Amino acid sequence: MNGAAVTVREVTKTYPDAGVLANDGIDLDVLTGEVFGLLGPNGAGKSTLVRQLVGLARPTSGRIDLLGHDIVARPAVAGHLVAYLGQDEPALLDLPVHAVVATTGRLRGQSRRAAAAQATDLVDELGLTAVADRPLARLTGGQLRHACVASALAARRPLLLLDEPTAGLDPVARREVWAAIARRRDAHGVTVVLVTHNVIEAEAVLDRVAILDRGRVIACDTPGRLKAALSDDVRLDLVWRLEPPYGDPTVAALAERAVVAGRRWTVRLPVEQARAALGRLTTGAAFASLDDFTLATPSLEDVYLALGGGDDDLERA
Amino acid sequence: MTDTSVRAPAVAAAVGGRTSWWATADAVYRLALARGRIARGPLLFVATLQSVGILVLLRGVVRHPDLATSAAVVAGGSVLVVAFVALNLLAQRFGAMRASRSLDYFAALPVPASAVVMGTAASYATFTVPGALVTAVTGAAMFGLPFGQLWLVVPAVVASGVALSGVGAALGLSLPRVELATVAGQLGMTAVLFLGLIPAGHLPLVARGLRQAVPSTYAVDVLAAGLRGSATPGGVLWRVAASLAYGAVTLAIATRAFRRAVAG
Ligand SMILES: Nc1ncnc2c1ncn2[C@@H]1O[C@H](COP(=O)(O)OP(=O)(O)OP(=O)(O)O)[C@@H](O)[C@H]1O
Ligand SMILES: [Mg+2]
Repeated sequence: MNGAAVTVREVTKTYPDAGVLANDGIDLDVLTGEVFGLLGPNGAGKSTLVRQLVGLARPTSGRIDLLGHDIVARPAVAGHLVAYLGQDEPALLDLPVHAVVATTGRLRGQSRRAAAAQATDLVDELGLTAVADRPLARLTGGQLRHACVASALAARRPLLLLDEPTAGLDPVARREVWAAIARRRDAHGVTVVLVTHNVIEAEAVLDRVAILDRGRVIACDTPGRLKAALSDDVRLDLVWRLEPPYGDPTVAALAERAVVAGRRWTVRLPVEQARAALGRLTTGAAFASLDDFTLATPSLEDVYLALGGGDDDLERA
Repeated sequence: MTDTSVRAPAVAAAVGGRTSWWATADAVYRLALARGRIARGPLLFVATLQSVGILVLLRGVVRHPDLATSAAVVAGGSVLVVAFVALNLLAQRFGAMRASRSLDYFAALPVPASAVVMGTAASYATFTVPGALVTAVTGAAMFGLPFGQLWLVVPAVVASGVALSGVGAALGLSLPRVELATVAGQLGMTAVLFLGLIPAGHLPLVARGLRQAVPSTYAVDVLAAGLRGSATPGGVLWRVAASLAYGAVTLAIATRAFRRAVAG
């Protein structure tokens, strides 16, 4: 059986200068060998929580244990247990990618030779060979983030805390990062906590996810169970080519329940009704006005919306 | 949390140990050095030109300087190159690191903060050796001083670098804005300029006390003695030791400032 790798109890964090309550009584358990996600809109308190986990910020109150070590009492211990990737600007902007990864390895205690060899492997594993000799400052935003992930993975640690590791990455790079994370978990039992805005990422790589909103955990479970708990409504998306034919009774009925964004309608319905409505639309006259349609089972985005999150907070691609 | 299915780890990952002080300082030194190759050449040129310029100026103003005055002026000018880098540039560098939050990178690693400060400072100090040497040689030639003990410029650079860089780092780490850190570094450099260049005998009594309180004074005195051709091993050793003691204190202050700058 796996114990908890990370326990967070009643953690509250205020920034007195700004008068902000960034974390408001957070309780979490991350199990050993789990890929655990923190999902939530801007300002929800995700980075604040992660920074406290690595000992970079001190909780106003509450308790944090990493692998049985009390991090609030001894924040310096976190550096021995955790590989951390911050959300902010990296420190070694003037160094080439390979040297950055090697330096991180050295600073985590590797010998110079071991660090250099491992940097070569990591650069290769993450598909960064083409830019290995380019200084970070001369990379694109996505390449920079990608290189920072490689640096965070230098010298193995039992815990990996990644704050938005795939922000700005193209789909290929993103998959490389996901695969690298999965390998560390599968082969070495590394426990991963990652922050994301991206629902696809959340559904693709996370064993469990906590949804944060305004400093609180509003839900925490596997993506599958979170979705299952959300009634059995499905989402019908319609994109109109022309002015929607309001004369059509089906269209008129859907119009009353649709969330409209330009030419796109989003309607949440019980699965039977959605199927019937789509059947009438695609066989009737309204079909001529329709550009595209999708019928989808609930996603984490729907969970998030149902729990009260805003519509524009998350990435879907 | 009971029935979440999670695969058992195949291999338990090792808990990392603390990275040693020397390994950290060495790695930080190298990375700061690599960084400096890009940016620091022109600044060092400016620092050297500034010191040589001051010496030329003084040579023109002071008609028949005695040996002690000449040696003090040249020694002060040479150490000024170090002060410029250790106070001014280092305060700016740490101020910028603090402002961009890139201190987090180091703070989340199992490394001693003092080694990060020292490694960065040492790489900056390395750059000052040629500048201080050029200044000392030029000055000695201009003022007709003996060259025999000029090698003392090396211990003088190291001693003043160690003594001052903690101050520069602490300024950059504790002042809330990069601009303030730059101004403070500049002021510190001005103090070193006046109290270092003017021979102790010419200073009013109050300033003489102040002079002893400036961390780089002992390094200036080492080099001044060398330029008079009268340095003794004992005199060099105790002054270098005094500089290192200053360095230990200022480094401890900088280390505290580092921790405070990170903890939010
Ligand atoms: N150092 C700070 N001083 C004052 N307020 C802060 C500080 N850091 C964060 N905050 C505030 O705390 C709240 C939570 O911020 P946090 O960075 O944790 O959010 P986040 O969930 O990571 O957001 P994002 O998705 O944009 O990264 C925000 O209101 C933010 O403005
Ligand atoms: Mg954040």
